[in-house]
Amino acid sequence: MRADRLRTLAAFALAFWLVLPILPLVIWSFAHGWRFPDLLPQDWSLQAWSFALSPRSGVLESLFITTVVAGATTLLAALIGVPAGRALALHRFRGKALVTLLLLAPTVLPGIAIAFGLHGVFLRAGLAGTLAGVILAHLIPVLPYMVLVMAAVFARFDPDHEAQARSLGATPWQCFRHVTLPAILPGLMTAALFAFLVSWSQYLLTLAIGGGRVQTLPLLLFSFASAGRNDIVGAVALIYVLPGLVVLILTARSVTGRGAALAGGLRP
Amino acid sequence: MTDRTRLALLLAPALVILGGLFFTGLGLTLLRSLRYSPGLGMTDPDFTAYTAILSDPGFLRSLALSLWIATATTLIAATLALAAALLLRRTFPGRALASFLVQINLTIPHIVGAIGLFYLVSQSGAFARIAHAAGLIEAPADFPALTQDPYAIGIILLYVWKELPFITLILLASLQSIGEDHEAVARSLGATRWQAFRHVLLPMILPGLAAASALVFAFAFGAYEVPLILGAHAPKALPVLAWQAWTDTDLASRPEAMAMAVVIALIGLALLAVVARGLTRSGASDAR
Repeated sequence: MRADRLRTLAAFALAFWLVLPILPLVIWSFAHGWRFPDLLPQDWSLQAWSFALSPRSGVLESLFITTVVAGATTLLAALIGVPAGRALALHRFRGKALVTLLLLAPTVLPGIAIAFGLHGVFLRAGLAGTLAGVILAHLIPVLPYMVLVMAAVFARFDPDHEAQARSLGATPWQCFRHVTLPAILPGLMTAALFAFLVSWSQYLLTLAIGGGRVQTLPLLLFSFASAGRNDIVGAVALIYVLPGLVVLILTARSVTGRGAALAGGLRP
Repeated sequence: MTDRTRLALLLAPALVILGGLFFTGLGLTLLRSLRYSPGLGMTDPDFTAYTAILSDPGFLRSLALSLWIATATTLIAATLALAAALLLRRTFPGRALASFLVQINLTIPHIVGAIGLFYLVSQSGAFARIAHAAGLIEAPADFPALTQDPYAIGIILLYVWKELPFITLILLASLQSIGEDHEAVARSLGATRWQAFRHVLLPMILPGLAAASALVFAFAFGAYEVPLILGAHAPKALPVLAWQAWTDTDLASRPEAMAMAVVIALIGLALLAVVARGLTRSGASDAR
């Protein structure tokens, strides 16, 4: 059918356009000299990659720091956010609208609106320029996301199952471990993966609170970019986007389905 | 344990931590913008910083530029996303793959997209090279300036590229929960395809679209790293100007940086109202 072919064409044109900006990064990472007006590099080389992966470039160290920050932020957000998500989904209470508004506020307000003031507060608390400070700051965009997604997960959970387990003699811990956790685990895993990515993508909060002393990958990437090292930028950028692509492949089905809501957390 | 204590225990950690970080950050920004800083001996709050920025043509130009970037981005991205969502809702050969590819850039951080786009559309970028190979231009300077340009075209391009899939997915989720029955009924009652879309489908997806658009507007207005990479030297986007004032060696410009942050926060709060309304009206479930 003609309409069908037209749709296929339009959809792939759109997809192509969306992938396009990544191509020059891939080419640059293997380029050895690529001056205007050459369409392709004069020479190919693995120099940028071997430099990026060598200890002296600092890329591996940044990779480690970025992973620690995102991992710790996600863990904290899960510990704090799962109970809160449950409360939002399964309890009725006064002020619920206000709580939801407080949760939405950090996802709408630009980070720069609070970064300066937060730096002042953290400076006094001795948290400015520290890893702990950056992790706490990352909770601002990550925690609301975790709570809202877990609220959606708990909305499909029937607390009667817990009551039944308890009436059959399960302790609260057994009840959580064998009834609640298995029910929410798939949702929790997806929420955690995306929460990890929200922290992974932060630039401004890390820069403002870390003050350049907590050198995550995006900060390092920017400094290579301002130094005009395009080949190294290409390699570092690809290392930096890899976890996101892995997460996307792992969760592709749930994102296409009704879980598209999860994308809301990767807010714009 | 009563229900109330239980509820309080569940909610308290999240509210204390988030409220604590968010409101102390916002609160201190507000105090400093009013030039209240007892540590520096400034104990009489006043509006000097606000009058200073509001009478500064540089600030007003930056504010106008950021509003332009956010408005253009939102309109273009929302329109294209609506078309993309209506397209991806249909079945056609290769739909699954196309849907997957459309999601790819959701996980790509803005800073990576901005650098990639720069290599693509700058005056010595890939497009300029193709134009040269096609004999359209002689030198990089002949290629139209799409980055560091006064109209912020590069910035808008990047935001549209990045936010389009975001709005598309929100719309797809909303379309999926609505189903196709309403349109089918409208068509059977004699509505044209356009009428069925305009008077039946569009009103149903509008609250979700409005909420997603408000999020996009807020982001395009307040993000720092994208205009930092793709923006012109002057006028700077407002977040870049605010950051510059904040990191200025002259500490006297700090209150002005804080005042700019408050202006950004106020616009963010107005958008929050739009998002909250959109989410409650679309039944909260599909957009979140």
